[in-house]
Amino acid sequence: MLLSYLKIAWKVLMRRKFFTFINLFGVSFTLMILLVVMAIFDQLVGPTTPTKRIDRMLFVNVIRSQMVDGRGWMNMPASIHFVDEYVRKLKTPEKVGITTTPSNATAFTQSKLLPLDRSYTDGNFWQIMDFDFLSGRGFTADEVRAAQPVCVLNEATARNYFGTSDVVGRTIEIDLKRYRVAGVVRNVSAAHVYAYADVWVPYTLSPQYFKDNRINGEFLIVLLAPSAAAVPDVRDEYRQMMKRVEVPNPKEVQALFSYADPMLAGMTRGLLGTNDQTVDDDKVGSFYLIVSALALLFMLLPALNLINLNVTRILERSGEIGVRKAFGAAGHDLVGQFLVENVVLALVGGLLGLVLAAGALALVNQAHTVAYAHFALSWRVFGWGMVLTLIFGLMSGVYPAWKMSRLNPVAALRGGEQK
Amino acid sequence: MENLLANPTSYSQAAPLAGAAGTPVLRLTNIEKVYQTSTIETVALNQVNLVINRGEFVSIMGPSGCGKSTLLSLMGLLDEPTRGTIEVDGRPVQSYSDRELAGLRNLKIGFVFQSYHLINDLSVVDNVELPLLYRPGMSGKDRRQRALAVLDKVGLGARTGHFPSQLSGGQRQRVAIARALAGAPEIILADEPTGNLDSVMGEEIMDLLLGLNRQDGVTIVMVTHDEQQALKTERVIRFFDGSQVG
Repeated sequence: MLLSYLKIAWKVLMRRKFFTFINLFGVSFTLMILLVVMAIFDQLVGPTTPTKRIDRMLFVNVIRSQMVDGRGWMNMPASIHFVDEYVRKLKTPEKVGITTTPSNATAFTQSKLLPLDRSYTDGNFWQIMDFDFLSGRGFTADEVRAAQPVCVLNEATARNYFGTSDVVGRTIEIDLKRYRVAGVVRNVSAAHVYAYADVWVPYTLSPQYFKDNRINGEFLIVLLAPSAAAVPDVRDEYRQMMKRVEVPNPKEVQALFSYADPMLAGMTRGLLGTNDQTVDDDKVGSFYLIVSALALLFMLLPALNLINLNVTRILERSGEIGVRKAFGAAGHDLVGQFLVENVVLALVGGLLGLVLAAGALALVNQAHTVAYAHFALSWRVFGWGMVLTLIFGLMSGVYPAWKMSRLNPVAALRGGEQK
Repeated sequence: MENLLANPTSYSQAAPLAGAAGTPVLRLTNIEKVYQTSTIETVALNQVNLVINRGEFVSIMGPSGCGKSTLLSLMGLLDEPTRGTIEVDGRPVQSYSDRELAGLRNLKIGFVFQSYHLINDLSVVDNVELPLLYRPGMSGKDRRQRALAVLDKVGLGARTGHFPSQLSGGQRQRVAIARALAGAPEIILADEPTGNLDSVMGEEIMDLLLGLNRQDGVTIVMVTHDEQQALKTERVIRFFDGSQVG
């Protein structure tokens, strides 16, 4: 029975090649865009190297100061004082690590200038992130404490500077300072905002390493919870901690706000949240709502197109429907047949969409708009793509199928004269 | 013309002889069919009483619009009467659900239409298999075997892989007859089966139907405009303006 349905589905598609093409184009183009977005989203917030344990991670990218007398807000990352005095004293996180947004640095090879993105990190950072070490290791807490001039390079920098990636123990000169290479890691995509850099050095070498009691500085904080289930506890303890934070300059700053958020929540809070941070709402719910609505709306257009075409096609096939009914097809047989046909069309479109998405991602990766980007279609994205395709196929097939099954066989036979 | 019925044994397993010849297979009692629109009421059939016995070949005649095709739709359980009862094998069917009616059509009734109504996207043998698709539990192999046997019977054993568009009108109607026979129904309802064919091809089809009736005992009800053909059948029922006149 299924084979017979598939045979008919194929024939019908081939009979109207142009419309099939338009349809497939609509389906696959829509899915391609959704898949590309999903692949990028997956790399941003999914468990990919080096944030493999992202389900256990919390991030603090900003401390917001509410200025006195309604003079607005000041948003800046944390200072070392804040990290040492408050965050490192938290009990629930398994580890607290820090890093900075990459800043520009320069190295000189014999022949050329090598612009680099440099981050300052602590020892824990290397234990929280799961970098792919090609050789060597990350620097240790002791090396950081002693402000040792050590560094970790990414593969590209090692090759550009030394011509090889096997450079542990050798010396690189960056901004006229010499560093001993402790390890080399595989390139990390700039989409990993907390992990990306070309070169990492101990934060104790940072010009921003002030030892006063200021709250704001340049450090991004990464907290590792002992398990995914413990993440809410860590978030909560951080929230409680913020209430104890002493405002160093009460004449200017009225209150301080900061939240430890999972990756997505951190982004949505920044993206969708209001500037007024007195209310704790990370907006993840709103984000999913908006994204689902947009995706549905986006799929609705080609789905409506397909519904329209399907309904027209039913009139064309009323003779066939009448014959099937006359020879014993019940309503549900016809609904099944039509849904199979439509899902087949959608699946073909979905597979084409996957191929197109892979191509589009390859283009994005090659364009180097995001350094070392390696957006790819994971099995996770593929699975989601197939789910979307199925929803699409059913969405655009149910109504026409229902209409088809309700056709009166006598009228259908009369309408479908095939001379 | 080749002998289309030379090999009746290939079809004997599926022969439509479930009940004894002469017993009623279809009974229509006090049938009325009224088409109602917002402004007018059209009486298509008025007080029709009719019994079709097993093994009969009955033709229904009458001018266009006299209700012949409506009657055939009712007999084929494709439509419901406004009043009156239809019995198949002695069982009234008015309380049957859509699914039950579909099942009954599948088991008991085969249709042959004036315009063939073959599915152009399917090959000859796939077309003939169609009624068997809706028969639960039948394997693909059995379906194919049965379809090939009936195609052989109607003389199209050599054209099973062709598509309807590659066949002449007479051949298409033979495919349609094979399709009607495939499910081994109790009764075949033919709506002007020769209406689209020239006289030679029409004769061939008529001979085929007569052979099926006489040699294999298939019950046939045929709507026709052709007096000559009607006279070849056992019984002629005449209609005029929705009423039986003879």
